[in-house]
Amino acid sequence: MIELDNIAYSYGGGELLSEVSLKLAPGSFHFLTGPSGSGKTTFLKLCYGALSPTAGQVQLFGKDVREMDREDHAMTRRQIGVVHQDCQFLDHLSVRENVALPLTVASRDSLEQHSNLKELLTWVGLGHRASALPPELSGGERQRAALARAVIMSPDVVLADEPTGNVDWEMSQRLLQLLVELNKMGKTILIATHDLNLIRSAKHHVQARVLRISGRKLQLAGADL
Amino acid sequence: MSTGLQLSKLIMGDAQADRVVPPTGFTARLTLFAAGAMAFLTVFALALSLASGRLATRWGDELAQSSTLRISAPAEQMAAQTAAALTVLDSTPGIASARALSVEEQRSLLVPWFGPDLPLDSLPVPQLIEIVETEEGYDGAGLRLRLQAEVPGAVLDDHTRWRRPLERAAGRLRLLGWVSIGLIGAATAAMITLAANAALAANAQVISVLRLIGARDSYIARAFVRRFTLRALSGAAVGTALGAFSVFLLPATQESGSFLTGLGFQGLGWALLTLIPVLAAVVAYVATGAAARRTLGELT
Repeated sequence: MIELDNIAYSYGGGELLSEVSLKLAPGSFHFLTGPSGSGKTTFLKLCYGALSPTAGQVQLFGKDVREMDREDHAMTRRQIGVVHQDCQFLDHLSVRENVALPLTVASRDSLEQHSNLKELLTWVGLGHRASALPPELSGGERQRAALARAVIMSPDVVLADEPTGNVDWEMSQRLLQLLVELNKMGKTILIATHDLNLIRSAKHHVQARVLRISGRKLQLAGADL
Repeated sequence: MSTGLQLSKLIMGDAQADRVVPPTGFTARLTLFAAGAMAFLTVFALALSLASGRLATRWGDELAQSSTLRISAPAEQMAAQTAAALTVLDSTPGIASARALSVEEQRSLLVPWFGPDLPLDSLPVPQLIEIVETEEGYDGAGLRLRLQAEVPGAVLDDHTRWRRPLERAAGRLRLLGWVSIGLIGAATAAMITLAANAALAANAQVISVLRLIGARDSYIARAFVRRFTLRALSGAAVGTALGAFSVFLLPATQESGSFLTGLGFQGLGWALLTLIPVLAAVVAYVATGAAARRTLGELT
């Protein structure tokens, strides 16, 4: 699915990641933690092909990222749902249109998909906010809308970058619950977060593997979490 | 897929996809204005080119099969030399008819230059003989030799020295019209490319989001290309209509008309105007497509 084999990534003359290997098994649940600036976002970008490693190999669904052309990248992005910390919406489109955007660009805008869209918005608790514009949403609503957009194509993998970064504890638990539900549907989940409380609370709901970036290396976090 | 099919598919469009790229006021106005202004100018360039073509044909046709014999002789010999010249002309192969112009006809030719009160009787005005040729034409050199021998005061003007420069000038004007249309097309392409580049740069964030969610570059490019093509089409349609209306308001062609009074469209010439918005749309389609492919290729 997603496989990183002894990769390194350098930026601006400095090495940010080194000797990193990871294989995301189907249906697994991972947390990625580490201090701010440790390379969590870079790591996620490497996982969905937005960046190429400076050394080593990244394989997405069996294809080497370096050998993928733009068409391959577009197809791969439809199999990997990404939730950005800043959500990245098109502010001139409504929540409904933003969430449906992956369907629109994939030309899968059928009546059946519209019905799924309604269910999805209800599932993330935004059924009543479907016509709102993104700037009108609260932080939690934005994150839930971003999650809905990330999963509308029913991707195999969901990558979330600090999805609870701008929300209160109650909302972060709500988002976590949604991600756990997705995992129970068979989706592979990788969440980058520096919120250790979120990770601790997740242990009650899902069997998660916790990874930590420390000193440019990726390590399996210990029992201190 | 052919360009025509691509264009028609593009114009039919996808309402949902259209909303993906936010409208940008500045580039929209620039494209509409550029297409409209250029279409307006194209109407005049086309009118100039078509009028020049008609002028060249008219001058060629009117002067090609006619000649003028001018007899300058003392008044007492004028009638005899005119009669001798007509005899020579009547017996020359290739001449269909020859006719001495009456005093009134000669006066009417001079009126534009000297006014209506010209005392023609008191002036040593040469006698003019109008010669109409057959399709085969006559031997100009042979006729000149015969006239030299039999009518010493006769000068044959077969219009060649008038016709050729006039035809050449009309041909140059026509070429100028087409070159103008080409330049206008190139300028339109350049302006629309600039507007498209500005729109693409202004929407870098939108492009980034679209790529994030799996949009192909061809999808992103199409959203921009469709918008610019339709803007160019509508802008050019308005410009063409205004240009056509302005040409329509020009004075009508007159029999004795100068060049400008004939600067209009005739018959199928009006139909050619419908091609201007279509060509503007094609230019916008090609220019925006190239700009989008280049910009998307450069964006990581």
